[in-house]
Amino acid sequence: MRTLRYILQKEFIQVFRNKTMLPMIFVLPLVQMLVLVFAATYDLENVDLYLVNQDQSEASRELVAKFEASPFFRIYDASFDVTDAENSFKKEAADFVLIIPQDFERALVREDEAKVELLINAIDGNKASLIYSYARGILTGFNREIIAEWKSLPEFNPPMQVRVKDTYWFNPELDYKWYMAPGILAILVTIIGMFLSGMNLVREKEMGTIEQLNVTPIKKYQFILGKLLPFLVIALFDLAFGLLIARLVFNLPIVGSLPLLFGFAALYLVGVLGLGLFISTVTETQQQVMFVTFFFMMIFILMGGIFTPVESMPEWAQWLDRINPIYYFMRIMRMVVLKGSGFFDLWQEFVSLLIIGTSFLGLSIWRYRKTS
Amino acid sequence: MIRVNNISKSYKDVQALQRISFEVQEGELFGLIGPDGAGKTTLMRILMTLLLPDEGQAAMHGLDVVRDYKEIRQLVGYMPGRFSLYQDLSVEENLAFFATVFGTSIEENYALIKDIYQQIEPFKKRLAGKLSGGMKQKLALSCALIHKPKILVLDEPTTGVDAVSRKEFWDMLKKLQTQGITILVSTPYMDEAGLCDRVALMQKGEILRIDPPEQIVANYTRTLLAARSTEMHRLILDLREWDSIDTAYAFGQFAHVTPKKEGLTAYELERYLKTKNHQQLQVHQIAPGIEDVFMALIVGNEE
Repeated sequence: MRTLRYILQKEFIQVFRNKTMLPMIFVLPLVQMLVLVFAATYDLENVDLYLVNQDQSEASRELVAKFEASPFFRIYDASFDVTDAENSFKKEAADFVLIIPQDFERALVREDEAKVELLINAIDGNKASLIYSYARGILTGFNREIIAEWKSLPEFNPPMQVRVKDTYWFNPELDYKWYMAPGILAILVTIIGMFLSGMNLVREKEMGTIEQLNVTPIKKYQFILGKLLPFLVIALFDLAFGLLIARLVFNLPIVGSLPLLFGFAALYLVGVLGLGLFISTVTETQQQVMFVTFFFMMIFILMGGIFTPVESMPEWAQWLDRINPIYYFMRIMRMVVLKGSGFFDLWQEFVSLLIIGTSFLGLSIWRYRKTS
Repeated sequence: MIRVNNISKSYKDVQALQRISFEVQEGELFGLIGPDGAGKTTLMRILMTLLLPDEGQAAMHGLDVVRDYKEIRQLVGYMPGRFSLYQDLSVEENLAFFATVFGTSIEENYALIKDIYQQIEPFKKRLAGKLSGGMKQKLALSCALIHKPKILVLDEPTTGVDAVSRKEFWDMLKKLQTQGITILVSTPYMDEAGLCDRVALMQKGEILRIDPPEQIVANYTRTLLAARSTEMHRLILDLREWDSIDTAYAFGQFAHVTPKKEGLTAYELERYLKTKNHQQLQVHQIAPGIEDVFMALIVGNEE
């Protein structure tokens, strides 16, 4: 016990003396929370709309007014000529072209049906589908009003309508920052854990200090724990720091229990740190650790469901996600923070993380050799 | 105290050690002498339980290096060739750390390291990375001694250290020897060989000879001449050209010359060199040093 305590003391002294490590511990969460959460938003505003209104009727002006009133669209330019619009579109100046044909109002009155044309730049698929759904929303609203207005002639009864009223649970205003912040925090904790622990161990190899350490009676588990615990503590500290920023800056509601969240975070970190340490036992230089860790990190993060819902991935990918610790932790973060899930709602995640954690940690203790 | 029996080790396609055997007595100061790549470090790492031999057995204080590695680590102090203490910890923190992981404390074994540690104690708050080469060496030795080992294994401890510090270091080793510690030390410097009780001359993974240094020199009976002129490079080329000469090497300011037949005199050599127009010639017969013997052994081994 005394040995382990002393190893930990030594690790902390080294961390706090390291001129790059200490600023990183504070700067990383600040930058991630303040920059990434704002940057990684799906809220689309001010889409550049190119308007081709060939009708110039009351109905078409009403429709245009609806687009103008929407915060999502901004009329960038207008013309009567479709070719102008297409040119602007090709030059990537406009994101979206709305074409209202000449006989729009007439068709609406005579045939009870009129057509408009939408051209959407789909280089960015996500953005295109967002533009489409916003535009559709506006057109649906317009449709409903038109039907109500034009069909409510005295001899008829007021038109029958199904009104859909939607409520978003757990994030009533669909604030993307609330959705992103827990996810970004999960990534933050992962970066701190995986990189710092792995780099630290391999540094002992690079500096040659491992040679001196290996001839001491330090036991394997003492060595690995000595490398694991300091970074676990630092990562948990950063999680607390990041949550505080999210609370103060985005007013992020923290519905669930904090001890539960930190308990899960600690369990998750054992797995991630274990993987980091395992990587460093099979590599020789910090550069190699960087590359290998980066490889795993990219896959884990992109498959973990921070940007794209895991449910929309192909089945084999969802299956792969079962061994992805970030996937579980991302869920846990969001469910505990936004929904207030308790331990029993998350017991499956608990068991999975427990298995992942013991395997990675076991692997690193097993692979760490004092003799080659 | 140390027993090595037929140890072999190879890395991929390099045979680092070939059936090495030797013994070191208790309280002996034993030197492994040889050029870089002779296998000294590999041998030491096997003895330190850091490397597994391919073949053969080795024992430290009667404990097998493969089976009883745990006990050996408690018993032996090791100073690797590369400075391998924590550069970002202070002198005192390094020492306290290694004392603790060996389950002891600085106070408990202070007597043993006192002489050495006192020299660096004024700098005990300084980070180890900021010490001079000689001070690093002293700190490393203190750390290797802090758990009161019975055997001390030092891998090229004086490489990259200035001449004064080297001398001081060997004085410290002599002093430790009087306290009953068995010392195995490797060095590429031939002049340090004379300071050991016995030396093993190593080359290409083999031991060429094991003897006390005086004996190694005494066993060398061939004639040896030293020559010097204003143009040393041409001198050596001219010497090697002459068919009466076996070998000619630069040794500091002189060329050491071994003739093919015994009894070639300094006068005869000088006369030959004069025909080659060398200026300010100095030629005389010399007594062989350990380096001469080693060179001869290496050449003999290669042929």
